[in-house]
Amino acid sequence: MSLLHFAIISPFIVALFIPLFYKLFRSIHTGWFVLILPVVLFGYFISFVPLVRENQIVSETYEWMPSFGLNFIAYVDGLGLLFALLITGIGSLVVLYSIYYLDKVKEKLHNFYVYLLMFMGAMLGVVLSDNLLTMYMFWEFTSISSFLLIGYWYHRERSRYGAQKSMLITVFGGLSMLGGIVLLQIIAGTASIQGLIEQRAVISEHEFFLPAMILILLGAFTKSAQFPFHIWLPDAMEAPTPVSAYLHSATMVKAGIYLVARLSPVFAESSVWLWTVALFGITTLFWGSFNAVKQTDLKGILAFSTISQLGMIMSMLGIGAAALHSDAVSDQLFMVATIAAIFHLINHATFKGALFMMVGIVDHETGTRDIRKLGGLMTIMPITFTIAMIGSFSMAGLPPFNGFLSKEMFFTAMISVFDMNFYNLNSIGVLFPIVAWVGSIFTFVYSMILVFKTFMGPLQEEKLDKKPHEAPFGMLISPIILISLVVVIGFFPNILTYNIIEPAVASILPTILEPGDRIISKITFWHGPTLELFMTIAVVIIGVLLYRLWPKWKGIYAIFSEKWTFNRLYDHGVISMERGAYSLTSSYMTGSIRSYLVYIFLFMIIALGGTMWMENAFTVDTSENAPIRIYEVFVIAAMLVATVITIMAKSRLTAVISLGVVGYLVSLLFVLFQAPDLALTQLVVETVSTALFLVVFYHLPPMQRHEKTIGFKLTNAIIAGLVGLMTALIGISASSTKLFSSISQYHIDNVYTEGAGKNMVNVILVDFRGFDTLFEVCVLGIAAVGIYAMIRLRLSKGESS
Amino acid sequence: MKKRKPNDLVLQTVTKVVSFLIILFSIRMFFAGHYEPGGGFIGALMTSAALVLLLLAYDAKTLSTILPIDYKIITAIGLVFAIGTGVGGVLFDVPFLTHAYDKFYLPLLGEQTLHSALIFDLGVYLGVIGVTLTIIKTIGESE
Repeated sequence: MSLLHFAIISPFIVALFIPLFYKLFRSIHTGWFVLILPVVLFGYFISFVPLVRENQIVSETYEWMPSFGLNFIAYVDGLGLLFALLITGIGSLVVLYSIYYLDKVKEKLHNFYVYLLMFMGAMLGVVLSDNLLTMYMFWEFTSISSFLLIGYWYHRERSRYGAQKSMLITVFGGLSMLGGIVLLQIIAGTASIQGLIEQRAVISEHEFFLPAMILILLGAFTKSAQFPFHIWLPDAMEAPTPVSAYLHSATMVKAGIYLVARLSPVFAESSVWLWTVALFGITTLFWGSFNAVKQTDLKGILAFSTISQLGMIMSMLGIGAAALHSDAVSDQLFMVATIAAIFHLINHATFKGALFMMVGIVDHETGTRDIRKLGGLMTIMPITFTIAMIGSFSMAGLPPFNGFLSKEMFFTAMISVFDMNFYNLNSIGVLFPIVAWVGSIFTFVYSMILVFKTFMGPLQEEKLDKKPHEAPFGMLISPIILISLVVVIGFFPNILTYNIIEPAVASILPTILEPGDRIISKITFWHGPTLELFMTIAVVIIGVLLYRLWPKWKGIYAIFSEKWTFNRLYDHGVISMERGAYSLTSSYMTGSIRSYLVYIFLFMIIALGGTMWMENAFTVDTSENAPIRIYEVFVIAAMLVATVITIMAKSRLTAVISLGVVGYLVSLLFVLFQAPDLALTQLVVETVSTALFLVVFYHLPPMQRHEKTIGFKLTNAIIAGLVGLMTALIGISASSTKLFSSISQYHIDNVYTEGAGKNMVNVILVDFRGFDTLFEVCVLGIAAVGIYAMIRLRLSKGESS
Repeated sequence: MKKRKPNDLVLQTVTKVVSFLIILFSIRMFFAGHYEPGGGFIGALMTSAALVLLLLAYDAKTLSTILPIDYKIITAIGLVFAIGTGVGGVLFDVPFLTHAYDKFYLPLLGEQTLHSALIFDLGVYLGVIGVTLTIIKTIGESE
């Protein structure tokens, strides 16, 4: 196990000691102990930057289950490193923020930090695993730890609802993804991502290609809250704000993005990939930004904004797949989408993290997150306001912040579909830039709502629970660092491009790189009066107008009433599934043995009859039958009469006695067929059992002693008839098809020489097959002890359990 | 009014004679099993029938005075005989339940073949007697 492996699992190891720290050092906030780890890890991962910049790859193998070919391969390339830096970097800031956010006396900090560390380790595992099965394991760890974190305040009903919803949706996706991974493994014979990329030609030809792709995309889309699986993210906002900032904006929701980016080289050969990813992304972008505008909860706005921005990144990754179809690295046009995706991924993590922390501060200092109650906080909380303003403007895509740059690149990428002369992209693909543009207008509007409704306008102090004041400094450190990054990246984007973005793009598009090639990306503020710039100007103008006229057009949201949302579909789906399962179970599990017997017999008829029918198995062969003698005819006729009497009998006594008649007649048959031992035994046993029947009959409780014929039920009669017919047919067919001769000749030959006896039946019972007899005596013994116990052991009600 | 005990003189007298005959017949059945119809199972049922006849003619108390036996223990002893026969084979380094027989000179009876299957059958015999009588006595004595 290398240092890299140790780094990946170190959060799990530290998590083991957190409760100890919590118990031993009650006076120190547990978060301080936690903080050390992500900072150290961040430093450790920074040390990989120079290596990865030169397109070198670090790969360490730890043999986990070698016999299954399942090894934990830690693999650091541009993409993995980018995510690892995000996870540890924002992780450090979030831990720092949470130290000031969560009260050390009131909150169960040990739970919080154990879950958070579990999550951090799981995320690192997801992004740094080369083996898809290992990655899946970590993937589910993120689902579980996210579930625990959303339900952190488990005494709140909404928290539990949100946790359950996110669990159901992401685990549904995770399991689909596992299916996809298994299919890929079947196709390629390996679960290693690099191995899969090598065999991409085989995979794209295989019949499992499409199912595997759809299943894996299900996993990615559910995790990254893509339309229509986005519904869990707004409900996950019940988690503590540091969790929302960390999991539900910067890291976990990007696991799906990571997966799509990581597997792009494997799947992107196909047009289906490009279309699916881009379409779902652009739909999510529009739907998220459209819905964000109507939210009144600050975290609600941010949740839908996250959904929308994730859709944007996803659509860019989809369009970016087109780069694989143009062979030259020098052709920058199609690659810009991928570069923009990575760039926006980083930007989104910075400003969204800062915005969530800002919302947390507002919530913490005013006691509400409802924008209808907030307003006029600008002069009271100037630092928070600055953070909010820069973050929102960056999100809206205004210069001079980093959001502007990535939004421009996004438009460039979307416009580039005009130049794509494959997969019909230059005809229907026109929709992409238009939807992107409309989505950006809504993005602008909600960003403005976020900052101006909260900080501008009159202060409504009477509606607030607390007297608002600026947050403590410690709480402000993390958002200030993030917001400085927003500005720094905005002004000097090329620090990132060279060190981070280029290697990351190289690992998303590895197949177009010749050895020694580099992907060159230059991000500049001013790129001339291009179409993108005019689009941005139009976004700003229309956005300002829409923001100003918001009360006039908010009526259009009434069209999309609550009845037709995906949430309602989900809720109704869950409820009706439960009801359906309940009513299905209660419809056939009646509790009556009679109906279970009906099922059993019906099944027997269908299974046996169906087999007979399909195999055409019914045969009659009378050549080996013995001649029928007159005694047998009489005995059988008498038995038939007795049987009919048993069924038709009006009183139980008649039935018992006629059953006895049947028994004695059977013993007579044994006599006729020369089986004296059987005849003797049958005679005695029939006597005993008839006597027992009579005893039982005599002891029936007087109330229910109505002497009544059994009611005639048509279904019962039909089933009984069919069972009889079926067994008769099978019996006839079986005796007509003798495949080999009986083994009884051996017994006849050896009964005296080997067994020293002349009664062959008895010699078989005690000698040849004595083992059976031994256990039949055991059965009798158990029956006797059972009867003794049932009758003698009568505990009173108090003792019985 | 006190319930009068019925006078079963005929039944009881006949039983005294018949039950011994039945027992003798059942023992005969038991020993003849290896050569003729019969054997442990049917022999045991016959013996039980004789005891049940005693039970009918007299009562449970009388029977336990005549034969002060716990029939559950009889069942256990029967099983021990049956299993013991099997284990005996193992001791002689042959598979479980391998039987052996040989000719012996017995006093009074002369030369006879003795077979270890007889011990196994004795186990069956005792087991079945125990089972039958446990069931019948338990049901009969229950309220």
